[in-house]
Amino acid sequence: MEKEIAGFRVNLSKDGYLTDFSQWNKDIGHAIAAEEGVNLEQHHWKVIDYIHEQHKNEVPLTIRKVGKSGVVNIKEFYALFPGGPLKKASRIAGIPKPVSCI
Amino acid sequence: MEVLSPVIETKEREEAKVKKIMIILSKATLDSVYASFILANGARMEGIEAELFFTFFGLEAINKKKLEHLHVATVGNPAMHIPTMLGGLPGMESLATSMMKREMEKLDIPPVDEFLEILSASGVKLWACKLAMDMFHLKETDLIDDLEGVLTVGDFYDRAHGDGVQLLFV
Repeated sequence: MEKEIAGFRVNLSKDGYLTDFSQWNKDIGHAIAAEEGVNLEQHHWKVIDYIHEQHKNEVPLTIRKVGKSGVVNIKEFYALFPGGPLKKASRIAGIPKPVSCI
Repeated sequence: MEVLSPVIETKEREEAKVKKIMIILSKATLDSVYASFILANGARMEGIEAELFFTFFGLEAINKKKLEHLHVATVGNPAMHIPTMLGGLPGMESLATSMMKREMEKLDIPPVDEFLEILSASGVKLWACKLAMDMFHLKETDLIDDLEGVLTVGDFYDRAHGDGVQLLFV
């Protein structure tokens, strides 16, 4: 479905994830984060940069991998994106919903 | 009414959602341990609270000396598809276990010790059963450092207050 976020027209999956990463920009990231109740600060952006890098290399994300990234540990990851960090961070970063169970 | 019904449905769905899952692990076979861990971790990933209560043989999974040596059962396990007599031969359990561990590593499923650290860091509360500890003559120092504490069954039920709490026995 098509929706306007932060003044940009974007395509979303039924779960609210961007279906086309090329439509993503930082303003959209901020707007989705606000919807998720997250105020993006420096540390959040470091995690989002890491997620983008993994997405570019087509590496599927898991909590374990994020925890070993050196960017954030698992405890911090849960604190930065409370209530489902992998899904929230992916949605804010504009990549598809993670399919991992771990 | 046509306008109202979808709103009510959404509300009911929200109320019916699992808010907290409390898993009781009573077995030490690798498949049972991993099933419990993955369920608890998966809950946290969805923003659901999770607690694990280790009782009976489940205590092996948080016993510092034992947790790295858990096995898949090859005897009495129909999913192995090998004759029971063969499953009992020396080395069979180790073989099946190392095969399973190799496959799990490919899927980025961590070994038991690391998985426990991940669970604790993710906010899963890990509890040991007092009665089972007494039975196996275990002290708290025998168990992992990430343990939240030792509980009686009553203490554990006490923690199951509120709506949307589910208990699961493995």
